[in-house]
Parts: sequence; C-alpha cells; structure tokens
Amino acid sequence: MENTLIEVKNLEKYFEISGGLFSRNKSIVKAVDGISFDIPFGSSLGLVGQSGCGKTTTARALSLLDPKTGGDINFYNSETQMMQSIDELEGEELKKFRRNIQMIFQDPYESLNPRWNIKDIILEPLNIHNIGDLKEREEAVYEILKTVGLTPPENYMPRYPHELSGGQRQRVSIARTLIMKPKFVVCDEPTSMLDVSIRISIMDLMLNLAKDLEVSYLYITHDLAVARYMCDRIAVMFNGKIVEIAETEELLNNPIHPYTKRLISSIPIPDPSYNRETYEVNFQELDSLIADNPNSDEMIEVNPDHFVGTHDVKGLL
Amino acid sequence: MNILEVKDLDMSYKTIDGDVEAVKKVSFTVKEGESFGIVGESGCGKTSVAMSLLQLQADNGKITNGEIIFDGKNIVGLSESQLREVRWSGISIVFQGAMNSWNPVVKIGEQIREAMREHYPDKTKEENTKKIIELFDIVGLDSSIIDRFPHELSGGMKQRAVIALALSCDPKLIIADEPTTALDVVIQDQILKEIRKVQEVLGLSLIYISHDIAVIAEMTDNMAVMYAGSIVEMGKTDKVFSNPKHAYTKMLLESTPSIVGPKKKLRSLDGEPPSLINTDSYCSFSYRCPSPDDNCRNRNIEMELTKIDSEHYADKCCINCG
Ligand SMILES: Nc1ncnc2c1ncn2[C@@H]1O[C@H](COP(=O)(O)OP(=O)(O)O)[C@@H](O)[C@H]1O
Ligand SMILES: Nc1ncnc2c1ncn2[C@@H]1O[C@H](COP(=O)(O)OP(=O)(O)O)[C@@H](O)[C@H]1O
Ligand SMILES: [Mg+2]
Ligand SMILES: [Mg+2]
Repeated sequence: MENTLIEVKNLEKYFEISGGLFSRNKSIVKAVDGISFDIPFGSSLGLVGQSGCGKTTTARALSLLDPKTGGDINFYNSETQMMQSIDELEGEELKKFRRNIQMIFQDPYESLNPRWNIKDIILEPLNIHNIGDLKEREEAVYEILKTVGLTPPENYMPRYPHELSGGQRQRVSIARTLIMKPKFVVCDEPTSMLDVSIRISIMDLMLNLAKDLEVSYLYITHDLAVARYMCDRIAVMFNGKIVEIAETEELLNNPIHPYTKRLISSIPIPDPSYNRETYEVNFQELDSLIADNPNSDEMIEVNPDHFVGTHDVKGLL
Repeated sequence: MNILEVKDLDMSYKTIDGDVEAVKKVSFTVKEGESFGIVGESGCGKTSVAMSLLQLQADNGKITNGEIIFDGKNIVGLSESQLREVRWSGISIVFQGAMNSWNPVVKIGEQIREAMREHYPDKTKEENTKKIIELFDIVGLDSSIIDRFPHELSGGMKQRAVIALALSCDPKLIIADEPTTALDVVIQDQILKEIRKVQEVLGLSLIYISHDIAVIAEMTDNMAVMYAGSIVEMGKTDKVFSNPKHAYTKMLLESTPSIVGPKKKLRSLDGEPPSLINTDSYCSFSYRCPSPDDNCRNRNIEMELTKIDSEHYADKCCINCG
C-alpha cells in the first residue's frame, strides 16, 4: 500500500513464566500470537477485545516499550521513502525514530510525575531528545497547551497534576505526547476513566489532530461504540489473535466471526425502544467459510478488506 | 403500591473544608416490581443516595432532613437493630466492586449461609444450602461453586455470587450500584440479564445505578438524572430519552456514542460540576449550561422539579436552556 505508515506482520509476544517457587517447569503465555495489520497515514485502527486478550501487550510492542519475540514491525521511513523494519534500527537512528511513536495510557495520573508542574512535564520529552533551545521549548509548550484546549496556557503551566481534573490531566498527557510531533500514537483506553461529557472533547481533539497533523492511531478500547466514533477500521482480538478486521461500519453491519457477533450484540444501546438481543454463539457460518476456502491462510478475505480469522476457538467462546 | 418513597432527602459529609452536600432534596418513589434508574456522572451523589437508603453511609455522613418510607414505614432514625432487620431482608444492595469484597479464606457458600443465619436463625444448614442452590440456578452459577473459594472464580462468577448473596434473605428491593463496572462487556451483558431475570422471577423492585445512560435505557422503567447532588430530571425512561427537557439530560444523551443508527457527531460539555460545599438553592447546572436563558444566567429560579406531564418531571431552571 502506498500510504502505509506502519505494517505489522505475524507479531508475537510470548512471556515465559516459571511454574512456581519449587517448580522447574516453565510455561509460555502467548499474549500476542501472530497478528498482522497495516495502518495508513492519518488513519486509526481500533483494537477491541476482552481483558487479557493481548491489547496492552500489542500496544507496548508497537511503541517499542517492550521487545517483540517474533514477527515484523515495519514503518515508513520518510528519508528513504521506503518501509523499514524496526529491527534494523539502532543507536542514534533508533532514538530519532522513537520520537515518531508515542503512547497515551489509560490513567493520566499514573503517567504524570506528581512533583513536576505542567510546564516541566510537557517539556521533559523535548529535554530528553534535546530539541530546540529553552525559549523554543517554552514556546512549544505554550502552543501545545492551546492545541489541547488548556487555555490560557499561562494559567496551567505552573500547576501540578493533583490540581487538575481527570479530563485536564488527560489533556496534559496528550500535550506531552504531541509535543514530539509523532506520526503514530498508541492509545490504551485513553478515555475509559473519564466521564462522558469530558470524554467526547478528548476524542474530538484526537480526531482533529489526526486530520490536521496526519497522526495515525492504534486505539485500544473495550467499548465498541467509542471505537466506532474514533476509528476507520476495527480489529477484534481474542486470545492473542485477531479474529476479524474490517472497515468500521462493515465490521458492525456484517460481522462474521462468532466472537465479533457476540461482542457487538453485548453492547447496550442508549435507546429504550431498541430491542437488543444477545447473539447465541454458533460456528456454522465460520465452519462453512473455512470449508469453502480449504487452502486459505489464517485470515480469509470475505469482502474487500474484511478478513476473518480461522483459528480454532471452539470451546473458548 | 409504592415499596419506597423518598421525600426531600438531604445527606452531607462533614469534612475539614466544610460540609459536602452530597444529596440535596432528593425525592422519588419506586413501585412494587418496578425498576428505577439513577444516572449521572461520577461524584454526583448516586452512591450517597444508595447508602443513605440503607443508612450505611460513611461515618462522617449524616442524613439531615427527609424521610425514607420503605414498605409503609419511615426508616430514618430507626435504631441500629431495627435497621439490621431492614437491610438484607428488606432492602439489599449489590455495591460497586462488591465482587472484590468476598472474604478470601472462607468458601463462597459458607459466606452466604453466614448472612442467612443472622436472618433465619431457625433454618438448618441443609435448608439454607438448598436455597443457595436455587439462587445460584437463577443467577447462572453451578451448585459446585458453593464449595469454592473466591480466588477460584472469575470476576463475572464472583459478581453473580454477590447477586445471589443479595437475594439470600428475600429482600423486596434490591439496589444495584454500578454492578458491572470493571467487567467486560460480554460478562456485563450476562449480569444485566441475570438481574432482569431475578427481578422478573422473584417480582422484586430494583434501583439500578449507573453512569452509563445506555445501561439505564435497557434496565429501567423509570429513571432519575442526578447532577451535583440533586435530581434534575425524572420520569418514564422512554419519555426522558425521547423528549429530554433539562439541558444536562440533553447533553448526557448527546454525548453517548452508539453502535446502531447513523453515526452522529457527539456533543461535549466544558467545565466541571460545582463544589458541593457551601452550595445554594439555585440551579447547580447554571455554571455549565451551554445556552442559558436569562433566568438561568442570573440564577433567579430556585431548584425544584416541575411537572412536564404525569410521568415526567424536570428542574424548573434549565428546561428552556441548552
Ligand atoms: N509481563 C508479563 N508477564 C507474563 N504475562 C503477561 C505479562 N504481561 C501480560 N501478560 C499476559 O498476557 C496476556 C495479555 O495481557 P494484556 O496484553 O495486558 O491484555 P489486555 O490489555 O487485552 O487486557 C494476559 O494473559 C496477561 O496475563
Ligand atoms: N465519606 C465522604 N466524605 C466526604 N465526601 C464524600 C464522602 N463520600 C463521598 N463524598 C463526596 O460526595 C459526593 C458524591 O459522591 P458519591 O455519592 O460517591 O457519587 P457517585 O456515586 O455519583 O460517583 C462527591 O463529591 C464525593 O467526593
Ligand atoms: Mg490492557
Ligand atoms: Mg458511585
């Protein structure tokens, strides 16, 4: 694809855990077990699935916070204008590259140093990467605070995290992320701790940044309604694997995988006249899809750009 | 027949900064067999209302005014032993995070029997166990769970067991305070179903508390919207959704995304709820009201629910705003 920013192929992250104090046995947790997807420039991919399915592990591997144990992560290199594997990067090049990838966490409080004021918190990444002189850095902080709607900035710069509300703190962590002008931001449930009235303004802010600055997102959420609002495409994860991935409306209107159907049918609808019925899991459609495509890969393309996983999930749903 | 009538309830917490007025002039009724919803953002006073009904609020909290008429009798000011009678066998609660409050070293069944022993001292262990098995069946738990320890159960199973516990002493009214927060959506869906089934099968009344307007839409017949300690709109759930009157209710509805229907632009709201210390009797939403009229801007009208029709009420101030 021409405008691909990031390409993930068979990504794996296995954890080895020891079987207890007196046991020599080691077992392997396949937290992320061979997932693949692309994200174009300025586009956002939603990653949904129940807790423990591997979303955060995927996020940390993509943000280069934890090393992957298998597969490939390739990024578009604007200098060479070619896709480049992260495995080829080291030293100064890697450090430079890291600026392009940032992560926003669920709990804005935990990710902000409580002893620093807002200005210093947002300045820190510029200091670490030694970008600009002090005056330029302070100007950048001022501008970014305006961008994330913490105005007037001079009122916020001297304050400390505990003096801010949850929504304001999440804006600070977004500001801190964006000051590096990243191309790719991994968001792990960034609004799940916020009240609805504040949540939307954060979501709109992020959508506008995607448009204006061509930022791409991997957006993790357990809430499909939020994913619909935020994401161009959605990947449904189950047990370390992607079981279905498609453009957002296609996925919601035409789900094929029983887990996707189950998930969609479990979402409460904010309309008392709507008669929601929970889907009872059955494997007929998936089984016949697999039977009709005996030589296919792990993912079958059922519609343009709509893929369904064929991994064995019987007995797990 | 009303199982519960709450009249002009005030509850506040003493703190070093002053009194936090968490519940302000709250009035509502719950009919027998009805499911009544309370919705609002965090800190608006939902849990404080729930705990006041049981008079289990924190030690620094005190009911300063109002009546709570349960099953025909005002229970405000009853003695601790009379209240113990009401709790569990009259009103029982499934509170936020209850699934994490099981005693880790006692088997689930034994913990439920313990609660039952207090209320039914004459029943035998076998009788109690038989009842637990029946309740487990209703909430979708296998009878073998009785002999399990809490850590052997998933979050969803622990929460089902909490519901069984809440039912164990035959309450007439159950309060469910955010019972599915922190559970995955598929599990949430199952728990919501069990609660509805329990309510139907046993003919119980339910107060369902949530910050999630979608869950309230699905779970309740009537509902109240709370803001800063007060009810700002109340009525038949259908009516509140189809014809919201208060500016805050409108905002709540317009800020909630959905997976059905056309994809809509959502609305957000600037600002935050006001402090609950040293409040006055004027519209608490006026500071945030997106398009206040003159009365709202100048804070002329004291807060009071006004009748829209026989099944729908909203606060006088903001019904022409937003
Ligand atoms: N550092 C770790 N060591 C061992 N297992 C881990 C570690 N981190 C995550 N896991 C396991 O990997 C699986 C996926 O976890 P996670 O990515 O956090 O899921 P999610 O974010 O979808 O809830 C879980 O089974 C979890 O217990
Ligand atoms: N024990 C307490 N002491 C002082 N303030 C409290 C106490 N418990 C709750 N509050 C305050 O009372 C208000 C209502 O809280 P709560 O009833 O828990 O709201 P909700 O359940 O709607 O989130 C909040 O401002 C909260 O900070
Ligand atoms: Mg996670
Ligand atoms: Mg609460």
